[in-house]
Amino acid sequence: MKNFLISGMLIIFASASVYAGGYRVAAQGQRALAMGHAGVGVVNSAEIAFFNPSGMVYLEDKFTVSAGVTGVFSNVKWQNTSTGQFAETQQGAGTPFYLHAAYKVNEWLSLGLSVTTPYGSSVEWEPDWAGSHLVNDINLAAIFIQPLVSIKLSEHFSIGGGPIFVTGNVNFNRNANRTLTDEQGNRSNITVDDTGVSNTGWSGSFMFTPVKELRIGFNYRSEILLNAEGGEAVFSDFPNSTLTPQNGTTTFNATLPLPAELTIGFAYEPNEKWLFAFDYQRAFWDVYNSLDIEFGNPNVPTSINPRNYKNASIYRFGAQYKATDNVTLRAGYYFDESPVQAGFFAPETPRNDGNGYTAGLSFQVSEKLAIDASFLYLRFEEVDASYDSYFENGQSVPFSGTYKSNAFLPGLGVTYKL
Amino acid sequence: MKNYIKYLPFLAIGLLSCEPEFDDAIEENEVYTPGEADFSNYVSLGNSLTAGFADNALYVQGQENSYPNILAGQFELVGGGEFTQPLMADNLGGLLLNGTQITNNRLVLSSNAGQPVIPPTPIAGTPQTEVTNKLSGPFNNMGVPGAKSYHLVAPGYGAAAGLPSQANPYFVRFSTSETTTVLADAAAQNPSFFSLWIGNNDILGYATSGGTGEDQAGNLDPSTYGGNDITDPNVFGGVYTQLINEMSANASGGVVYNIPNVTDIPFFTTVPNNALVLDAATAGSLTGFFQAVTGIFTQGLIQQGVPPAQAQALAAQYAITFNEGPNRFLIDVPATQTNPLGFRQMQEGELLLLTINQGALAQGYGSVALSPAVLQVLGILQQGGTPTQEQAQLVLGAVNGIDDKDALDSSELSAISNARLSYNSTIQSLAQANGLAFVDVDALLQSVGQGLSFPGGIITSDFVTGGGFSLDGVHLTPRGYALVANETLKAINQTYGSNLPEVNVGEFGTISLSDNVN
Repeated sequence: MKNFLISGMLIIFASASVYAGGYRVAAQGQRALAMGHAGVGVVNSAEIAFFNPSGMVYLEDKFTVSAGVTGVFSNVKWQNTSTGQFAETQQGAGTPFYLHAAYKVNEWLSLGLSVTTPYGSSVEWEPDWAGSHLVNDINLAAIFIQPLVSIKLSEHFSIGGGPIFVTGNVNFNRNANRTLTDEQGNRSNITVDDTGVSNTGWSGSFMFTPVKELRIGFNYRSEILLNAEGGEAVFSDFPNSTLTPQNGTTTFNATLPLPAELTIGFAYEPNEKWLFAFDYQRAFWDVYNSLDIEFGNPNVPTSINPRNYKNASIYRFGAQYKATDNVTLRAGYYFDESPVQAGFFAPETPRNDGNGYTAGLSFQVSEKLAIDASFLYLRFEEVDASYDSYFENGQSVPFSGTYKSNAFLPGLGVTYKL
Repeated sequence: MKNYIKYLPFLAIGLLSCEPEFDDAIEENEVYTPGEADFSNYVSLGNSLTAGFADNALYVQGQENSYPNILAGQFELVGGGEFTQPLMADNLGGLLLNGTQITNNRLVLSSNAGQPVIPPTPIAGTPQTEVTNKLSGPFNNMGVPGAKSYHLVAPGYGAAAGLPSQANPYFVRFSTSETTTVLADAAAQNPSFFSLWIGNNDILGYATSGGTGEDQAGNLDPSTYGGNDITDPNVFGGVYTQLINEMSANASGGVVYNIPNVTDIPFFTTVPNNALVLDAATAGSLTGFFQAVTGIFTQGLIQQGVPPAQAQALAAQYAITFNEGPNRFLIDVPATQTNPLGFRQMQEGELLLLTINQGALAQGYGSVALSPAVLQVLGILQQGGTPTQEQAQLVLGAVNGIDDKDALDSSELSAISNARLSYNSTIQSLAQANGLAFVDVDALLQSVGQGLSFPGGIITSDFVTGGGFSLDGVHLTPRGYALVANETLKAINQTYGSNLPEVNVGEFGTISLSDNVN
């Protein structure tokens, strides 16, 4: 039953577009997102369960829940002025969501649950576009389920963490190469698909509160390798020839890493009205060295796709202003360093360094219920980039061009407390 | 506060419609300029090469990769309009006339257990392109497979009633009337820009027939020409002038192409003329055979009263020696006073056609059919005996030279070369006189012959594997047509001051693989 539910959720929430470094999708709380997605030191709502579980124990309420969903509208355009080709991704709305809950067992112990979709990617180019030998479309999604515990060791210090259960799916289609077609002229292509790929990890955190106005947080989420084993690989539109792979279905194995993430940050609350937050985040993307797809059919060679990601830093700044008893306004900014290195810019995750501008507000509808809204505009500089690790006849055939992308993420959520 | 909140959805929708924009967007026509040319209505005129013919057939995928269609794709970046082509009904390529198939399906490379099967064979299937199904045009691509220069101005070339000799089935499909000409249908579209690549078939018909036709130099009446003849250069020049005049009447410009050399086409270069590979013993017995031929022939001449010295001198040409390793084949030539037996060894530069029966070559075609009876006579000769009249004839008859239809000898090659060079000088000077862009296809295919590298490989003229030529050995692959398109774009940019980008040749395919063969 649980698996069934998770699959159902995956179908609904499958298409979360990439809009952070790599395929990280940072939209795990509207309050934090409105402040540049900074939240490792912000004790504000159940969102802390994801950002820094050790902070749950400082929540004042017995039981509090935050839930929300974000619409991701991302656009990527590509053009190559040396050939005159251009393409853009299909506009599709991804919907990352979150559900956080924190329950205060007693003064020094809180339990929590966080269900989020922090990793995902949905990029759909026009079929058979110029880069179709690298990707036609890709869709991957992962759901994190984290049971959490938070323990207050003193007024000034708490720890927290728990296991992470991940289940994910992936669907990736691309053409076999730049030219091969079947007898009717359809481009030969391969789709790999796997669902219910699961694994586990853990998170650990602490919060240090030297003075009432200042909280310093630390959070670490471990690396998780999504090992797709025995997934389905479908070969389509290959010609009827013993010189090429045969049409049909075989299995595949591949590993997609979800990198470890370390965040250090603080929140400063000079008075009742204002709060300032800053997070420094380090994502250990260097684990993503190569996407190797090994096929069950021994006649089909393993597809090796070097990625060579590097570790990347993200700097998040946010501020919150309590305008009235009912209305809290928020704004923020973050700089998201891309893990993609020069020469490895693959159009399946076409991301360079990004600047995120955020804003939002909470409206306290009643004593117990608040509505949280946020908006993120993510802007990328126009960039000339190439992917140089595609080979034909032993020669590197770079896929290069100019990319320009942006993303808009309106989000809505609720915070409920008992 | 509520007042503000109700506007939020509108703000969100407004922002969502903000797509990213390049500083200079190709899509918004901010990168390329047409220069002095107007590409809004481009019409291409020519033969099979213009139509996108490949693999011995015209078929949809080939048409989509015709060089005019590739060009039109780039022209679109600077205001080029839609480019229509008289597309075939399918990817098989054969033509039906009243339900009966009259041309073969396209050639594909089949395979057996992971090994390619040579030679290529037609793909299986019943084609659906019925010649009498009239397409409604006009079509921007006026390339008509098989057309020679003078065909473009021949009334009735698109009349079904004129098939098979006076009309062309490909033009019958889309001619606007029974009496029209290809040129008239092209010019009636009032092109703003045109391309013209014609003249290949004026020599190729002769060349691919092994020179069995006639060189019509001096005959100014093309209505008397056969299909395998060489067009008189003055006829070509007259037609070409007319073509350019009518096509450029209202055009902003155009581009013309010259004619490549047959020695750069795999149809003529794949089977080497020295593919007679012998071991030492066979070479020795062949040499002995021709010594016998010489001896027999000398004796025959002397018996006819020819003085012995003269007889020996005349017969000496048949004392051909063979060596271990590759040797040149023998070809049949017309018997003359200086070559009474009518055969000789091939000379450097003489060519064999791709269509020659290579199985027969291995069985003595191009050398000698050494039957047991012939070997018996050779034995008699070796022992100093005198063969009978019949036995002597048996030896002479065993000489198995290559037929005229399978080879181009030096005189045929020079006839082709004379005509081609004359056509090319006409083309180049008319291009210059009319301020047209000029593409030197001759030079381009020479460089392909030497190997042209691109990111991802190298394009050569090697049959099947080279990537430049399709499986018929004459027409180009999509990649080969892309090379032609790129040379065209360079020439246009140079002539008209445009800055059109070239296409990426690596994205264009080469030959087709399929085991769907009969």
